[in-house]
Amino acid sequence: MAPVLEVRDLTVVFDTDAGPLAAVNGVSLSVGRGEVLGVVGESGSGKSVTGLALLGLVDPPGRIAGGSILFEGEDLVGRSEHEMRRLRGARIAMIFQDPMSTLHPVLRIDTQMIEAIEAHESVAPAVARGRALAALERVGIPSAAERLAAYPHQFSGGMRQRVAIATALLNRPALLVADEPTTALDVTIQAQILAEMQALQAETGTALIWITHDLSVVSGLADRVAVMYGGRIVETGPVAAVIERPVHPYTAGLIGSVPSRNRRGVPLAQIRGHAPALAQMPPGCPFHPRCERASALCARTMPSAASYGPAHEAACHHPLALPEAA
Amino acid sequence: MSAPALALDGVSRRFVKPLDLAERAANLLGAGRRAQVVRAVDGVSLDVAPGEVLGLVGESGCGKSTLARIASGIMEPSEGAVRIEGANRAGLGREARRRADLAVQMVFQDPMGSLNPRMRAGDIIGEAPLVHGIVGRGELADYVAGQMRLVGLDPALRDRYPHQFSGGQRARIGIARALAVKPTILVCDEATAALDVSIQAQVLNLFAELRRSLGLTLLFVSHDLGVVEHISDRVAVMYLGRIVEEATTDALFARPNHPYTQALLAEVPRLEARKRRFSALKGELPSPLAPPPGCHFHPRCPHAFDRCRIERPALREVAPGQRAACHLNDEATRSSSRA
Ligand SMILES: Nc1ncnc2c1ncn2[C@@H]1O[C@H](COP(=O)(O)OP(=O)(O)OP(=O)(O)O)[C@@H](O)[C@H]1O
Ligand SMILES: Nc1ncnc2c1ncn2[C@@H]1O[C@H](COP(=O)(O)OP(=O)(O)OP(=O)(O)O)[C@@H](O)[C@H]1O
Ligand code: SF4
Ligand code: SF4
Ligand SMILES: [Mg+2]
Ligand SMILES: [Mg+2]
Repeated sequence: MAPVLEVRDLTVVFDTDAGPLAAVNGVSLSVGRGEVLGVVGESGSGKSVTGLALLGLVDPPGRIAGGSILFEGEDLVGRSEHEMRRLRGARIAMIFQDPMSTLHPVLRIDTQMIEAIEAHESVAPAVARGRALAALERVGIPSAAERLAAYPHQFSGGMRQRVAIATALLNRPALLVADEPTTALDVTIQAQILAEMQALQAETGTALIWITHDLSVVSGLADRVAVMYGGRIVETGPVAAVIERPVHPYTAGLIGSVPSRNRRGVPLAQIRGHAPALAQMPPGCPFHPRCERASALCARTMPSAASYGPAHEAACHHPLALPEAA
Repeated sequence: MSAPALALDGVSRRFVKPLDLAERAANLLGAGRRAQVVRAVDGVSLDVAPGEVLGLVGESGCGKSTLARIASGIMEPSEGAVRIEGANRAGLGREARRRADLAVQMVFQDPMGSLNPRMRAGDIIGEAPLVHGIVGRGELADYVAGQMRLVGLDPALRDRYPHQFSGGQRARIGIARALAVKPTILVCDEATAALDVSIQAQVLNLFAELRRSLGLTLLFVSHDLGVVEHISDRVAVMYLGRIVEEATTDALFARPNHPYTQALLAEVPRLEARKRRFSALKGELPSPLAPPPGCHFHPRCPHAFDRCRIERPALREVAPGQRAACHLNDEATRSSSRA
């Protein structure tokens, strides 16, 4: 079956006084119906810009400078804003860390949700209202019927995020891009939302891209994971393969730096230095100034991706495992 | 036995939330709304032994930062006492109080927000030890260089401003500033929360190393159970202003007693190689403005029974070195119905 989304060589640049700087650099990824792709990486690695690009939401000075975004078989790159607006909120939806970036602060919840339905479909108001109510109930909002008439500020952070998720799923999108939607929430509330997300997805078959800096969130939720560093995907594969047999030194470093019960009292693996700013992106492999395995080759030449098992790829000159014969 | 390095004795802190504009307007029409009182910290007692790391976990708004501020002397408790090496801080004379205040230093979450953007790194670190006469002006440069090296910063960077450092380096400046007055106790409030994991690992390793080399006592406040588990000898769990459980890290993670601790442990995301089914504790975190009566956790607790809605459970010993505040522990001694 063709994937819902297939991104090839996507490059997004920001035009600056110093020339164009690539925040996303040749990213390829795909996600199928009912599948969850986790995108992880540290701050500034290009996760959000990738997500925004998928919805045509990169604003100047940013622009898509290359590549293709095949959604249900058709390329979205170069589509007009008018066309993208028709897709957004209907076939493709996005939720953000701050739910208030999608919710209107001075409109009642029912007004916003009904508008979101009517923008893409002509239905009787009562039908739209019924759907909004059902959507709120599905994401676990207690006494949803009364809550429909509330304003966003009358909700807690976790409830607001649930309203944003319910709104995003109103039109049963084929693809949902979630950019750190649970990062600001407490663990018990985060677990509620992840549970609801899993149930909803099983029901709607929505393809899900879950962006986070937290590898442990992705590991419990996703089928596959893509690890980003310096605007590139440095390793991608099934969650089990990537977590148990990481091939790229950066992935291994990330896994080693997560505090866990098995290593109490033992120093955590640490990656020396810090992630580069866009304007200081090193030549060759972007990770080389921090990498224990770096050689002269790494400082010169960007490694290309090789295969390390079914759907498991990484881009490294000196990987932690031997690549499969091509 | 020697006195605890830091002891909190029945500490409470109330805040009065003033009426907002709408409420005051309503009062003009005779609504009779009163300012609300938040019991941010509600009768907390905790001991931290010399050289020990006590982790304090809990969710947003449960009072962790308030407790941290009280412990470090930045804020006075509304009730209760704070003892530093056995001495009640409130009863100290001026000079003794000054020394007690220097002995406990605080490290904050947001390294950018807590560092003066117009001061150079070297001055940020050197200001307090100079003011307090810990070091003379002549030796200051060497002293600051030594403090920078201690936290893994290159002294050559002393003339830079905070924005010229990375997040991890700024965290180190915050730690160096706290250590520069030679404290024996560090209170860390979400000290790594703003950092990426790889940088967080650097800073956690630094804390572990400083603890070993300087014999520091740490009160380590965090909402991140993984971090707390990694760094702490003992852990206290807070819910809506109260400690609900306290135990050695091993006991707490292996045999959590309180239903809230059990839920937290079940729901914390962990690195694992396969998909899991998230199943969640019901209900929202209640507002500290209107905490539920009895056991604060009862509206969300899967085991709640009548008594929980009326009576506040006391924190008491459930195993050697483990205390929990849950009525089930009484029931368990009466019947053996609990699984
Ligand atoms: N409007 C903009 N103008 C210039 N540079 C930008 C802009 N938006 C993002 N960038 C840069 O693009 C890079 C990638 O940013 P992005 O927001 O995608 O990171 P991220 O991986 O989502 O990080 P975080 O975890 O902090 O959210 C960063 O270096 C960022 O500074
Ligand atoms: N100065 C203040 N005035 C009024 N209320 C306050 C004040 N400081 C804290 N509070 C309230 O006290 C309660 C506890 O706050 P505190 O900051 O201690 O929680 P916390 O556990 O540190 O939360 P977080 O994880 O969000 O940092 C909250 O309800 C908060 O709104
Ligand atoms: S290509 Fe070289 S520098 Fe990059 S991750 Fe691999 S070994 Fe390290
Ligand atoms: S006292 Fe009751 S409500 Fe509170 S945790 Fe124990 S069983 Fe649950
Ligand atoms: Mg982002
Ligand atoms: Mg706090």
